[in-house]
Amino acid sequence: MKVLTLNFLTCAVKACKSSSDSFPLHPKDAELVHDDVEVNAQLLTNLLHRLDWKALRTTATELGFPDLPETAPTQEDLENDEKTLKDLHNLLIETQMMEGKLVCGHCGHEYAVREGIANFLLPTHLV
Amino acid sequence: MDYLVRFSQTYETFRLPELQSLATLEGIDMKVVSYKEDSPFCIIHLPNPSTEAATRLVKRAILVQTISELWGHGATTPELHASVKSTSSHLWSKYRNSSFKFWLDSYQGCRSNSARLSLIKEFAYLPFEGTVNLKDPEEEFAICEDWALNAVPDNLPDPKYYYLGRRVAKGARDLPKKLDLKKRRYISTTSMDSELALISANMVMAAPGKMIYDPFVGTGSFPIACSWFGALTFGSDIDGRSVRGDEKERTVKGNFEQYGLVQRMGAFFTADLTNSPIRRSELRPGETGGDGQKGRVFDAILCDPPYGVREGLVVLGVRDPEGKDSWKVRLGKEMHEDPAYIPPKKPYSFTAMLDDILHFAAQTLVDHGRLSFWMPTANDTDQAIATPTHPYMEIVSVSTQTFSNWSRKLITYQRRPDIEVDPEALKAKDNSSHETGRTADDLNPFRRNYFSRFVPETPGVTPKGIYRTT
Repeated sequence: MKVLTLNFLTCAVKACKSSSDSFPLHPKDAELVHDDVEVNAQLLTNLLHRLDWKALRTTATELGFPDLPETAPTQEDLENDEKTLKDLHNLLIETQMMEGKLVCGHCGHEYAVREGIANFLLPTHLV
Repeated sequence: MDYLVRFSQTYETFRLPELQSLATLEGIDMKVVSYKEDSPFCIIHLPNPSTEAATRLVKRAILVQTISELWGHGATTPELHASVKSTSSHLWSKYRNSSFKFWLDSYQGCRSNSARLSLIKEFAYLPFEGTVNLKDPEEEFAICEDWALNAVPDNLPDPKYYYLGRRVAKGARDLPKKLDLKKRRYISTTSMDSELALISANMVMAAPGKMIYDPFVGTGSFPIACSWFGALTFGSDIDGRSVRGDEKERTVKGNFEQYGLVQRMGAFFTADLTNSPIRRSELRPGETGGDGQKGRVFDAILCDPPYGVREGLVVLGVRDPEGKDSWKVRLGKEMHEDPAYIPPKKPYSFTAMLDDILHFAAQTLVDHGRLSFWMPTANDTDQAIATPTHPYMEIVSVSTQTFSNWSRKLITYQRRPDIEVDPEALKAKDNSSHETGRTADDLNPFRRNYFSRFVPETPGVTPKGIYRTT
């Protein structure tokens, strides 16, 4: 799963939805792989409006990437600054989480990721 | 300028919605001048300059064979020639020296070679001086004939209508073959065939830079079609086995690799839509402001929810958590950290699932983002399932594929911006009308009717000779 996905995933437990601790999920024992993907500036521009930047900074740090700037780049930043574009592309699109766990910061539930496929099914007592 | 669209005479109710979706996607102001379901010929109007727009409009249209500049039309040949002379004479000189060919496109009709040739020769007044080249001409002119049904056995002398067009571009009729299920590595019993999957992808306007999600992904037919058109795709399924496949070659990822689309795979995961991990944004009906997508993730959602016939419709949970299923709840508490543990599931109402999808779409689609899903229904109107509605989701089109006694519909919606939604309508939305009960049959009238062969129901009576599943 591409790292950008982590910006769209919260804890599946309904009781956690109202807590800000349930997002983003925290990667644990993550094994990452890097795939070369052609840069799609249009996709990254579209993404800018949808990303939760604060959560993305947390994810980047937890995965061992260099710190992201405090505020999200603007569309002009992306158009004019190739390095920002490439860095974002590298983190969001080219990096994949293959193994490990995603942990909810509120309830502590751990979702396993195997071969790039995360499992968000809950046992009955959490449904 | 007016154009003649030559549709394929199949999936009739899908043709115009597909073309209109592509016009919206390409930002082309298309007006339909004449269209009939029983004819493959449709006249549209495109604003000038229009040749390039016409090419763009149909280049990925699965149900379009060709698009041509309309040079004239009429119910008889004299009418046709008069129309050609008045409509297109200003264009004739452009093609004076081009190599060209004329050919006859007879729908539901046929002519002898001599009749065909004499019809073509009637156009001798066109001042073309280039050579006739049947193999690779610079310009192609099609005389299109629309014959009545059974024109050949009834030996009718003339068609109902004639058109003359200069061919501009071809549609994408060949594309479904490239994604043919018969040659796909990994499929299952409910994989959507490539033609309908591509048409569906056109309905949701899949394109580069967009993010599209299928919450009932199975073997990935829809994401593959959407990624073929450039979108980054995401998918989930409550049955993890379908995504994982055999964990070697026959996997959803393997299918993406087969078509060279693996770069456009966002993420595929195991999840239940009623307990979805996807981040959702709060609905703010009636409010202005925002950039129309803050916090909302997807450009489109495209799916074929299970309807309990070939695939069971289930969600997480157990039927009787307090009573006889309580051991499953206890087991879950103890075992859920074991990697081999698979949580229990229970049957769910199909109409409730459709409402859940609509609400999920309202919370996760950007403004004007599209939702398309397939829905089965009985052909008998008493047993038909109504088209589901939601204050946030405007219906764009409903297309129907009919089988013997049931049909399936592809329903396409568009998410309204907050300002267009009445808060009262959202509050008043009644979700209490769903079937109640515990078994799949109780919860799912379509399934029940399907297995009783759509015999009208009498309360409390099981139709004779029909085995009822529970």
